[in-house]
Parts: sequence; structure tokens; C-alpha cells
Amino acid sequence: MNLPGGTLLGQAVLSGIFIGALYGLLGLGLSLTWGLLGQINLAHFALAFLGAYLTYHLATVGGLDPLVTLALIVPGFFVLGVAMQWLFARFRVSPLNSLLVTFGFTVIVETVIQSVWTADFRRLESAYASVNFRVGTLFVPLPELLTLGIAIALSLGAWAVLRYTDIGRAMRAAAEDAPIAAAFGVDERRLAYLVSGASAALAGAAGLCLALSQTLAPAQIYAWIGVIFAVVMMGGPGRALGPLVAGIVIGVSEAVTMAVTAPSWAPVVSFSLLILLLIARPGRA
Amino acid sequence: MRVLVSLAAIAAALAAVPLLGLPAFYESFLYLVFHWIVLATSWNILSGYSGYISFGHGAFFGAGVYTTATLAARYDMPFLWTLPLAGVIAAALALCIGLVVFRVRRVRGELFALLTLAVTFVLATIILNTSIDGGPGVYLSAVPLPKLGPSASSMFYLLALALAVATLVIAYIVRRARLGRGLFAIHDDEDVAEVMGVPTYRFKLAAFALSCALAGIAGGIHAVFVSYVMVGETFSITVPLTVVLMSILGGTRHWAGPAIGATVITALMYAFTASDYAIAGKAAVGVVLILVILFMPQGLLGRWRGRKKTMAAAVEVRGAGAVGSQLAAERVPAVATPEPAGAPPLLVIERLSKAFEGVQALRNVTLDVRAGEVLGLLGPNGSGKSTLINVVSGHFKPDSGRIVFRGREIAGIPAHRIARAGIARTYQIPRPFRELTVRENVTLAAMFGGATLARAAAEREATRWLEFARLARKADALPDELNLHQRKFLELARALAFRPQLVLLDEVLSGLNPAEIDSAVELIRDIRAQGATIVLVEHVMRAVIALADRIVVLNHGDVIAAGAPAAVMGDPAVVTAYLGAPAHA
Repeated sequence: MNLPGGTLLGQAVLSGIFIGALYGLLGLGLSLTWGLLGQINLAHFALAFLGAYLTYHLATVGGLDPLVTLALIVPGFFVLGVAMQWLFARFRVSPLNSLLVTFGFTVIVETVIQSVWTADFRRLESAYASVNFRVGTLFVPLPELLTLGIAIALSLGAWAVLRYTDIGRAMRAAAEDAPIAAAFGVDERRLAYLVSGASAALAGAAGLCLALSQTLAPAQIYAWIGVIFAVVMMGGPGRALGPLVAGIVIGVSEAVTMAVTAPSWAPVVSFSLLILLLIARPGRA
Repeated sequence: MRVLVSLAAIAAALAAVPLLGLPAFYESFLYLVFHWIVLATSWNILSGYSGYISFGHGAFFGAGVYTTATLAARYDMPFLWTLPLAGVIAAALALCIGLVVFRVRRVRGELFALLTLAVTFVLATIILNTSIDGGPGVYLSAVPLPKLGPSASSMFYLLALALAVATLVIAYIVRRARLGRGLFAIHDDEDVAEVMGVPTYRFKLAAFALSCALAGIAGGIHAVFVSYVMVGETFSITVPLTVVLMSILGGTRHWAGPAIGATVITALMYAFTASDYAIAGKAAVGVVLILVILFMPQGLLGRWRGRKKTMAAAVEVRGAGAVGSQLAAERVPAVATPEPAGAPPLLVIERLSKAFEGVQALRNVTLDVRAGEVLGLLGPNGSGKSTLINVVSGHFKPDSGRIVFRGREIAGIPAHRIARAGIARTYQIPRPFRELTVRENVTLAAMFGGATLARAAAEREATRWLEFARLARKADALPDELNLHQRKFLELARALAFRPQLVLLDEVLSGLNPAEIDSAVELIRDIRAQGATIVLVEHVMRAVIALADRIVVLNHGDVIAAGAPAAVMGDPAVVTAYLGAPAHA
């Protein structure tokens, strides 16, 4: 084990922050439906990748600026989320069964992606991809910086909505005790549509960031599940800032582990952190 | 028994398949079916029965894969010898995890699922980075195969068949045995299970180890079947997700449910991946999964079992009258009288204290309960009555003080051991096991309580107490179908089937109407007539006066009065506690 030099370590921390922001963004929507609606939505990953492929398609075939595609994807995904919530409410799906139903959706979305865009790797060559900044001795790629900005903005936005608006307070009340909240006039069903729609829209935004900075393949949908769940658990389901903070902690610890030892050791760090946290403070999550 | 005989017959018929000389393809396909039957059924023994959903089944499967891969490829151990070791290593890993995780009360549900998932990734990373694998994978094609059956594919077929049958037999036996009954109770309400005498910690560990040992053996066989093992393939998310899907599709509460689900899904996957429509087939699996969960949330066998149950219930109602009158005649009202004051008390509580984050719920409480008496425990809301019951029954550990029951110190020992010693309790808000029928609820108490009866005897005992509590007609209903009054009586029937020396009744009368209170008071008199000592926490004053030999009054965690009902009710301190201090004139 060789201790890397200052620049290398700095670059590792920076890339850890960037990947952590993506973890946090992917985790945010998952965390909201889990904490506020009691659903474990595996389809969130599939939606994010669907969003990424749509961005890729609209940008390469339609010639749109990747950021402009959000104007189409976000409202469309909101409707998808509402439709999914309708199904969950109609059939009173239990938390465990929500996992299975959304796994079914994941498989369907995966096959859709595979039949439209094939199983080959795809990479979006946007105008943003080649832009780099230099800050001192460190490289700062623009796509990752955009991801960090979007992740911070959306996490703070969700946090502010939950904390300071009446709708947000009603959501937290309904999550804590739905019957009591209903007795105080909270329309739980409409809030659930809102949360589910917003969560799917967040998956669309995360998809944009995936498309900007990652290589896409249908099988990649499953590659993120483990670490994102760790992020959501660590941040505490239903807490808007939790995934971002936990994501950056995990991202940085992974990146530093990779720099200090071998890249293949990275998963041990994040998951050991999660295991320790679960055992030491189970009430936190 | 009939089930086991038919299983043996099917197994014997299937064992003859290699003799038919079919193409190896059929044996390999059936091998996969058996492989998934083992994985799904073994998963279900812990996760389906007890409700501790594990996403880590891949870790234990993988532990088995790499045990056999290492021993057979590197140390030239004969393949068949590695299999028991694959099971042992997987079980040992499960025990190590369980010893830590099952101690933490709140690691349940999603937390347990994620923790086991995390273990999978950690184990995969360790194997990938150490000499166990090291990265390139392990080749097993040179491992000599034992001569079982006409060909190599028959050998794998027969091994997997044997393991699948063994796993099904184990799942069947466990489901009917004490272990299975206990696991089902844990599934519905772990705290209540513990208080009813189920050693929850030991049972969870046993089920986890058993479940993982079977997965480990399946992994050992599979390692040589695929002949080349890789970390990425072995520890992927596929194994845990697939076994969960198979089990839920088939029905997790039935021993054969996961096997049905495994057969259906393996066949579907195979049919589609083998055809020209692999992608469409995969989507179809997704659609089938969604439809099944939406329309049959209990799984394929869950539905079948439900129908059978309603039929059985109809028969039961017709038979109930005759059995009931016979039992009523048997009931002997041998009135127990309180023992003389000189005899040692049944329960002694000395200077017992308990605080919750600064709130002193009990402060140096000292009282005793004499054998055969009914002790009324009174006090305003928040005075510590329920805390006292929770501490005596072992749900909370006391901060200080002694609790001596029949000469034995019981403060702080596990709740199930307190239960076994002969203390039963009821809950103010009834907490029946929701997925068990009324009869099964009471049978469970008889199996795990002071009497610890075998299943058949426990069922007879349950019938008796259901009759006693006037619930015989509802014996095969689920608790959700009962009204509050009946649920309170179910709590009583459960406590009675326990054959306790001491019953702690926590506000059994609250929420009942006057007529129901009268019948409950009669029932409590009957309980006492059976020879049990009763501690009665109650707000309904006329019932307390009617039943109690002595009364103890708590206020803010202190005992403020004790003695005969009339004397206590006139005590100025008691009047002040209930009505406030008299105004100064």
C-alpha cells in the first residue's frame, strides 16, 4: 500500500465528491418514496436509465441540447410516477410486494431499452463532455460539475419544500401517521401522487446526469442498486439532504480507497460503513 | 405423513429418469429446476416463515460455491466430500452474522434485507481480492466427477434431485414443528412471541443457519456444474432477487410454495431464453410477476390454502356445539382460596426502578403477590402500571431492583424464560398473531407456555380454552374477523392455554360495554377457579371491587397504598391521586 501524493489524493477526493453527488441524486427519489410512501421502488433505477437513454436519443438524433431535454423528460416522468402510484393505491400493494412489482417494471423497462437501443454500450458525445477546468493542480470536468450542481439544487429544493411549505409538512405528517393526518384534513392520496410523480421526475433528472457522465448499457441498471440502497439507508429514508450527504461520504471513501489500495476493494468500504451503521444505530435508518 | 410418502414416491419416479436415456438437455434443464427449488425453499425457511427477508442468499450460495471451488480445484478434495463442508461454511457465516444482527431489536424488515445485501457485496469483494479467487475466476473442469448414473449430467441431476427432496422434507417438517410455529409467531409479532415463551433469538439463528447451509450445498454442486466460477456471476443480484420472486410467486407461508414458484419461473425463463424471442420473453416474465403480485398478493398456494380454510371452518361450526357441552360438563369449579399470609408469596418485587430518558416510570416499587389471590393494580394514567407489567414479563429490563418468582430471580432474564417459568400476560390493545387462526394462536401458547405440550396435545388444550372463552365458533377465523370483545377474550384464552401460575391482565375490560364486562368478570372468576394467581390492572372500578382480594395503588411510579379494597379506596393519598388535593377551606 503506497500513500499517494497530495495531488492524486486531492483528485481522488474530488472525483469522490462528484460520484457521490450522482449517488445522492439517484438516491433522492428513492428515499422520498421509501420514507414518505413506504414503497421500495426498484424501478427508480430503470427510470433513471430510461431518462438517460431518452436524453441520449433526443440529443444525438433530435439534436437538442442535453439540458433542454429535461423540459420534455421531467413532465413525462412525473406522469409515469403518478400512474404508478395509481396502480399501487388501487391494489393496496404492501412494501415488500412493492419491491416485487417494481422489479417487474425494471425488467420491462430493461427489455424496452434493449430492444430500442440494443445491449451495446452508448456514450453521449455532448458539447459539455470535452470541457474541463483546471483549479490549481486539479482537473474539474464540466459534466460532473453540472451533476454536483443539479444534485445540490434538487436536494436543497426538496428539503426546503418538506420543511417550510404546508404541502411538505402535510407529507411528513401523513408519513408519520396517516390516519391522524387525515383527521386533520390532509388528503393523503393526492400527496402520494405528488410524491410519486416528483420521485419519477427526479429519476429523469438523474438520468440526464447519467447520460452526461457515464457510459450506458441496459445491464448497468442493476449495477447501481447496492450502493444506492446503502446511500439511502445511511441518509435515512424520507430525509431530503440525507442521500446527498451519505452519497458524498460513500463516494469519497470509495475514491480514496481506490487511490490508496486497488479499485476492486472499493465496495468493502461503503458496505462496511453501512453494516456498522445499521448495527450500531439501527434507529437512524 | 401422507405428504412425505407422496414426496418419496415422486422422488423415486424422478430418480429413474436417467435410465430413460433422454438427451442430456432434459437432465440439465431439470437440474436447474431442482437447483432453484433448493435455493428458493431454503430461503423461505428463514425469510418466508419468520418474515426476516434476506437479500443475502447469494452470499451463502456463493460461500458454498467458493468452498467447493477452493477445496476441489486447489486441494484436490473429492467433489462429494466438499459438499458438507460447503454447507458448514455457509451456516457458520450465517451464524456469525446472526449472532450480531439478531441481537439488535430494531434490525428487522428492510434493515435486515439491506444488511444481508451489504454482506453479499463485502464477501464478494473479499473473495475477489484475496487468493480465494483473485480475479480471473476458478476453473473446475479438471475436477474428477463421481460415478453416479450413466453420465455426468445424470450425476448432477441426481445430486440436485436428492438435495431438492431433502430441502422440501426439511421445509415441511420445520413448518409443522415447534421451530416453524415459533417462526410464524415471530413473523406476526416478535415481542409477543417472546412473551409467549418462544425463544426468538435461538429460533432465528437456527432457521438462518439451516437455510444458509442448504444454499451452501446447492452452491457447491453448482460450482462443479458450471465448471468455471467467477465472483461477478456468483454474487450478482440475480440469486437473491430470483429466490424472493419465486417464493412470493408460489406463496411463502406454504412449505411447497417456493418450489412451485421456482418451477414456474425456471420454466418460463428457459422457454423464453431458448426461443427466438428472448427479449420479449424477459418482458413477459416481468408482466407475469406484476400481475401475480397485484391479483394474488399471497402467492399461488396462498390462494389455495385460503379456500381450504373456509371449508374447514364451515365443518367446524357444525361440530362445535357437541364438543362444547361436553367440555362444559368437564369444567370443575374448584375454588381456590388465597393462601394464608404466612406462606411465601408467589411473586416478590423489591425496590424496582425503571426510567425512560429521564421519566421515572417506576420508583423503588416494592410489592408482593400471594399465591391464589387476585391483586388489583390501580393508578391514574401514566402511573407506571403498564411499565410494571412490561418489566415483570421481561419486555423491559429494570434499571435496578429484584423480581423473585417462586423463589427464583427473574429480573432481566429473557422474556421467553420468564414465560416458561409460568408468567403469562395479556395486552391492553389485543396483539394476536394476525396471520394465524384463532385456534393456532391459542395452540401456540399451549406449545410454548409453562406446559410446553406437543402439537396434538396443544391443539386439544386449545380447543378446551377456546370453549372456555366462548370462542369455539370462531376457532378457524383470523383475528381480524373478531370484534374487540372477542379479541380481548382471545388474549385471555391464549394466556390460559399457557397454564400459567401467574396471569398479568392489562386492562382487559377497557372498551367493553357493561354486558361484556359482566361476562369478562365471570371469565376472570373462572380463571381464578382454575388455580391461577391474577394481577389485574384495571380502570373499571366496580370490576376491581368485585374481583380483587387486595389492591395496590401506584402514582408517578410510587406505591402509595396497599391493602383490602375498602380500606385502600378510602385512603386520602389515593383520593388525592385520583381527584387532586382537597381545596383548603
